Amino acid sequence: MIELLSTHPIAAAILALGLLALAFGGILGFASIKFKVEGDPIVEQIDNLLPQTQCGQCGHPGCRPYAEGIANGEAINKCPPGGQATVDALAGLLGVDAPALDAGEAEDADIPKVAYIREDECIGCTKCIQACPMDAILGAAKQMHTVIVDECTGCDLCVEPCPVDCIEMRPIETTVKTWHWEKPNISWASESTSTPNIIATDKLTPNDAQKPSKDDRAA
Amino acid sequence: MTAANLQAGNPQLIATDEERTLFTIPGGVHPPENKQQSLNSPIVAAPLPGKVILPLSQHIGAPSLPIVRVGDHVLTGQLIAEGDGYVSLPVHASVSGTIVAIEEHPLPHASGLSDLCIIIESDGKDASIPMQERPDYRNQSAKSLLDIIREAGIAGMGGAGFPAAVKLNPRAGCSIEHLIINGTECEPYITADDILMQERAQDIVAGVELLSKILGEPKDVVIGIEDNKPEAIATMRETVKNTPIQVAVFPTKYPSGGEKQLIQILTGKEVPSGELPSSIGVVVQNVATAYACYRAVRYGEPFISRITTVVGEALAEQRNVEVRLGTPLSDLLTFNRVNEKKLSRLIMGGPMMGFALHSAEVPVVKTTNCLIAPTKKEMPPSPPALACIRCGLCAEACPASLLPQQLYWYARSEDHEKLESHHLFDCIECGACSFVCPSNIPLVQYYRSAKGKIKQQEIEKEKADRSRQRFEFRQERIARAEAEKEAKRKARQQAALEAKQKLAEAKAAAEQHSEATQQANSDDAITNALAKTQTKTTDPKEQQAKLERAVQSAEGRLQKASARLVESQQHTPDKNDKFAAQVKQAEVRLTDAKKKLNDFLTSTNFSTNTSGTSSTQTQEAQNEADKDKERLRLEKAINSAMNSIEKTQARLAEADDEKREKFEKQLNAAQERLQKAETKLAEFMNQLETTAAQEKLQTLQPATVDAQPEPDTPMDAASAAIARAQAKASARASMSEEEKLKEQIDGLTKRLSKAEEKLAAAIEEGSDKQEALSLGVEKLKIKLQQAQQQLEDA
Repeated sequence: MIELLSTHPIAAAILALGLLALAFGGILGFASIKFKVEGDPIVEQIDNLLPQTQCGQCGHPGCRPYAEGIANGEAINKCPPGGQATVDALAGLLGVDAPALDAGEAEDADIPKVAYIREDECIGCTKCIQACPMDAILGAAKQMHTVIVDECTGCDLCVEPCPVDCIEMRPIETTVKTWHWEKPNISWASESTSTPNIIATDKLTPNDAQKPSKDDRAA
Repeated sequence: MTAANLQAGNPQLIATDEERTLFTIPGGVHPPENKQQSLNSPIVAAPLPGKVILPLSQHIGAPSLPIVRVGDHVLTGQLIAEGDGYVSLPVHASVSGTIVAIEEHPLPHASGLSDLCIIIESDGKDASIPMQERPDYRNQSAKSLLDIIREAGIAGMGGAGFPAAVKLNPRAGCSIEHLIINGTECEPYITADDILMQERAQDIVAGVELLSKILGEPKDVVIGIEDNKPEAIATMRETVKNTPIQVAVFPTKYPSGGEKQLIQILTGKEVPSGELPSSIGVVVQNVATAYACYRAVRYGEPFISRITTVVGEALAEQRNVEVRLGTPLSDLLTFNRVNEKKLSRLIMGGPMMGFALHSAEVPVVKTTNCLIAPTKKEMPPSPPALACIRCGLCAEACPASLLPQQLYWYARSEDHEKLESHHLFDCIECGACSFVCPSNIPLVQYYRSAKGKIKQQEIEKEKADRSRQRFEFRQERIARAEAEKEAKRKARQQAALEAKQKLAEAKAAAEQHSEATQQANSDDAITNALAKTQTKTTDPKEQQAKLERAVQSAEGRLQKASARLVESQQHTPDKNDKFAAQVKQAEVRLTDAKKKLNDFLTSTNFSTNTSGTSSTQTQEAQNEADKDKERLRLEKAINSAMNSIEKTQARLAEADDEKREKFEKQLNAAQERLQKAETKLAEFMNQLETTAAQEKLQTLQPATVDAQPEPDTPMDAASAAIARAQAKASARASMSEEEKLKEQIDGLTKRLSKAEEKLAAAIEEGSDKQEALSLGVEKLKIKLQQAQQQLEDA
């Protein structure tokens, strides 16, 4: 046998490769059963990037169905509540070019909002309660309703069903607690006139810096 | 650049004081100090402001909750807002006067936003609440001292404004070895701590001793001062003589006064990323905080004023001012004779870490250590930023050993993951990198913006996760409700279908039946009637048998249960209660069964009487015999029950006192039941007798006629039985109404007394059955009265 193989190197090579192919095929087959992945992990990842407003503006009943839609090749720019940031994040995840956000009619989609019920006008019909995907509206039949602001995602699904139009979307105001510094808006091409509001950058050049202290000493 | 020759990251020995080894921090810069101009005059008290604006969040943590109303008159030092939770502080009125508003007012904040403030209009008297002096504060426990500091509303006065009491009460498990008092004041322009150390060293040292006592006397208590404050150093050194407190002096370098940097300089230890200094056994407090704590503890002074450096070339007077909290900055500027024309802008804090204010109408708050009113020449607007030339000066200057340039690129492209992996959150925002940048890039502003965005994203992510959970839960709930509805609907459908089928069947049956009856009617109505009578006569027999069986089984159960009770009393006293309950149950069942039988028998009697046919005569005789037997059996049962009761009484006598009460109750109940059964039996007998007598009268004559051809013997036995029954019944009857009533009254009085006992017990326990019981007692009383009246009538 060995002699036969040594005299026919081609046959020996084919045999060896064939055996290897069988062995690896076996391992791969075993692994595909043993380490089978349940569900589609990409859907989970996409769902994690979506803002979970469950607003349905993408045409799906909730964020997860849209995540499944994206996994099946749907456009990634149909989420106005997420804004361009979500589109960019999705593009990064899926390795595609980020298209512009398809905000439709809503121009100010980027501003976060919450629903507000004008409580004097509310007749207690519970229609908005049924419409809210977040259970963020509190109330009972013939009782005044109100919005739990912390739970409201601003999907505005409650605005349409209200028979007396007492629900409006109000932008969330920035408070001292939620405020944060803006990124400096500097473009190199044009000499920016923006003056950053931080004082450490107002430092003088080393030569200038010496001047006032010298003056002080002189004084 | 002196920082250039220092190894970044490695704390290096730079000097040995006579007492202490000092280390150095990486990086650092040397901006022009500009401290002299405000040190020319001593601390001056600012005039009393016309109105004060006191924000409800001057500290880190939850905003305070106002406890006053608009229109209230308050005294200086009066509490006007309390802390909301552990990490929060109260606010005190800094002048006496009237609360004119609690409303949104611009804050001294980089955003220029408004928040809730309490505004007091001063009455000019500055009438103070009585201050509680504590000359013996050294004898107080650490906890009560901490409470005093908390109640005084003291926030860290270095800049961040963390509640001092929280910082002085480190988490359990952190043993504090170093108490560091920060007198570094490394930022240019600011001299508030310097002048405080010069003028009020005694109180500061007393405060340091107080803080040391609160922290359980750490072995190392040190006041750290930069070497550009020779007078403060000399005063402090003089004051700390004969105390275990050290004064450490180290070379001036910005930002040595940062908390983490100072710890590194004085101990050589680095605070791990993302942790608090207490995790390595260090607590750092500002000298001004130590001073405020001492004043609060010793003299009971709440935190209502502070020393602020008011400086800048736009002012005629540059000095340190002791100012009431809430004083509008415009008042302070006027007091220092500002030249509005020269004033370019207003900066709160130092020139490195401070921020420009949007208006001069914002108040002085607990953290306001400096107010700079520079001219345009002194602090010109920043020159336009140029492109980064990758010189690396920022990395050399960074005191936290970060890579500012990398952070800058990632911040520009908003690559948040990379920023976090480059430890953006270890940046202390000291501004050293911005200061050295030759391209004037506002680096720190990029970092601050990126930090804010990351935090905001984290909050949004958290909210999105919560929203997802809520949405999923809602979907699940809706699906469940839908499924339940569906199930109900199906069940209803099924039921409707079945009902329809039944209806159809019944209809069909009814049709058939009606046809049959029509035929039958035409054929023979007589047989029908016969059948009816037959059913009438046969049915009662069966029912009687059934009832007899029930009585038998009840008796058997009673016997078994009483036997078990006896046994248990001998062997397992624990289960006595259970068995006694079983006996009771059995008795109840027995009486029920007997009652049913009685009812049934009387009814059959009447029915048979009314039928009055000759064919039922013999049957009746048999019935009579049966009844007799039944009566005997009942008597027997009652006897056996009495026996068992006697036995239980015997056992009761043997049982111990504790259980006696219980047993007595049970026994009473059993006796009552027995009595009832006996009266029932008596009634039964009476009825039986009367019916039998009537029957006799009605049936005797036809019976003699009809019975003649029949054999005599069964008739004789039957008549004998009847005679016996009659005898007995007459005996009973001779008892007369009077005796019966007496018996009834006896029973009633017994029941009444027991009920009253129960009621008393209920009242004692205060149970909610009281009302029901009292009602019962009243009813019983009424019954008793009625019975007595009847007796009298009789």
